[in-house]
Amino acid sequence: MRVFWIAVLCALLAACAGTPTEQSPAGVEDRKPGAEARGVEAGGPSGAELTAAQRAALTDPASPLSKRSIFYDFDKYDVKPEYRPLVEAHAKFLRENAGMKMLIQGNTDDRGSREYNIALGQRRSDGVKRMLLLLGAREDQVESVSLGEEKPRAPGSTEEAWAQNRRSDMLYQGEY
Amino acid sequence: MEFARGIMPALYLLCAMLLALVAAPAAAQLTIEITGAGEKRLPVAIVPLAGEGALPASISSIVRADLERSGVFRGIEIPLLQPHPTETSRVDYAEWRARLADALVLGSVAARPDGKFEVRFRLFDVVKQAAMGGVAYTLTREQVRATAHRIADYVYEKLTGEKGVFSTKIAFVVKRGAIYELQIADADGENGFFVLRSNEPILSPVWSPDGSQLAYVSFEQKKPIVYVHSLRDGRRRVAANFKGSNSAPAWSPDGNTLAVSLSREGGSQLFLLNPDGSNVRRLTRSSAIDTEPRFSPDGQFLYFTSDRGGTPQVYRMPVAGGGAQRVTFEGSYNVSPRLSPDGRRLAFIHRNNDRYQAALLDLETRQMQILTDSARDESPSFAPNGRMILLATVIGGRGVLSAVSADGRVKQRLSVTAGDVREPAWGPFIQ
Repeated sequence: MRVFWIAVLCALLAACAGTPTEQSPAGVEDRKPGAEARGVEAGGPSGAELTAAQRAALTDPASPLSKRSIFYDFDKYDVKPEYRPLVEAHAKFLRENAGMKMLIQGNTDDRGSREYNIALGQRRSDGVKRMLLLLGAREDQVESVSLGEEKPRAPGSTEEAWAQNRRSDMLYQGEY
Repeated sequence: MEFARGIMPALYLLCAMLLALVAAPAAAQLTIEITGAGEKRLPVAIVPLAGEGALPASISSIVRADLERSGVFRGIEIPLLQPHPTETSRVDYAEWRARLADALVLGSVAARPDGKFEVRFRLFDVVKQAAMGGVAYTLTREQVRATAHRIADYVYEKLTGEKGVFSTKIAFVVKRGAIYELQIADADGENGFFVLRSNEPILSPVWSPDGSQLAYVSFEQKKPIVYVHSLRDGRRRVAANFKGSNSAPAWSPDGNTLAVSLSREGGSQLFLLNPDGSNVRRLTRSSAIDTEPRFSPDGQFLYFTSDRGGTPQVYRMPVAGGGAQRVTFEGSYNVSPRLSPDGRRLAFIHRNNDRYQAALLDLETRQMQILTDSARDESPSFAPNGRMILLATVIGGRGVLSAVSADGRVKQRLSVTAGDVREPAWGPFIQ
């Protein structure tokens, strides 16, 4: 059966030999050809590439913009006051760089349902997005998504690891 | 032509690589360990079929293993029999009664001139001293396991009055290092193969009611997106990729609608859409989290997880829209609702003193029962006959699957070497 599908794939690939073949998303392999997306609105912000100056501003360790993570207490999603200057700095950067786009990824620790944790992580990233918009960023510059418990920064099931993993990350285009 | 000549070797190389990939033991073997059994198990004698040595696997052994795994039967040891009985032999009931068998399976295998085989068997009620029926199957060498599962299904149904699930499939995700594989295997863990392999997480696979498609969530675009993947031709397509997160797919019983949780309008809210991504309509309008939808078997209601009351609990609302009723009340964390195939029971995950355990709620009597003694249960999934619940749990720091009977007695553990198994979904009966 498996070999049969590979044979079909080879036949199709050979048939397409004269035309450029479409790339699968990086790192994903499915069993057959013809993965396609249609009838949906494009997700994910996409904007211009970063200029060297912008990249420098975002990565200079002395700049608050180089900090991207907001951490949360257990079962909480409010941005604690200590992170307000950080969010303000990114809001200012987005205001001053109108072509710049940001993806906010919300994360949770690994306790409980994976799907419920997607929703909890979403609530965290939505909170950051709301704050950025109140501070002057535009709706079309910011997308908030959730990775739930699926992409832990710290492995293991300890209080320390969980605290690292209850987090929102603010990423600019080209960084995710 | 220059172009074609240049590209063909690359294509052949790609094909060779893909073939190498699938020829390798692509999917890790799931091993099943029985860790608990029913109190009263019916003793059955599955006599080796005459001539089954000509087949690549022993049908009688597979049938016996299937029946024992159900927790309902106990296979009795079969002595060397001379002459070896077949389905046409006159049954010496007194002798089988003396061996304490309640039921007996006899059969034979014959090679056919076309290279195929013919298997015949007959089931006997030893207590009533009566034949209960039998079937003949024609099979190729590749169909030995499938045929054995059909025989086990036949025996199970004749003796219990319920359909067997030995011919069904299970889907699950294996994580090995940084690689995620969505795999499908037979219900006994054999014949596994991968449907999708990715560097990013895959979760929440759900079978279409006819078993021909899987919907799931993949992070391959760095955010959760819902895909529908055909198992017939391997084509996959995006069902929901809106701004924000797209997750928690569920199929309607007629296969025409998906329920999903989307954050495109803020928060996590329930939406309905067609499996091709069209006809999106919002179902819930709350300021709370609404996720993990599941259709009732009659298609009239959606059960889902919501924290609208302050803690995550299971609610139910009409698919046509309208108010939601709370379903779970015991404890402060009840999530991942799954309806039994008859719609009368609800399996879910219940937090019990910091332990996350699979629980079962009788929707008529409101009685709740905790099914396991583990601490990290997730993602329950009913067998299509409602007898067993497959779930993910963690044992010794590793993700394994566990199957537990609806009465909590029968338990099995399914694991792979050097990997985590998670996100199980038991497939439907295949017609």
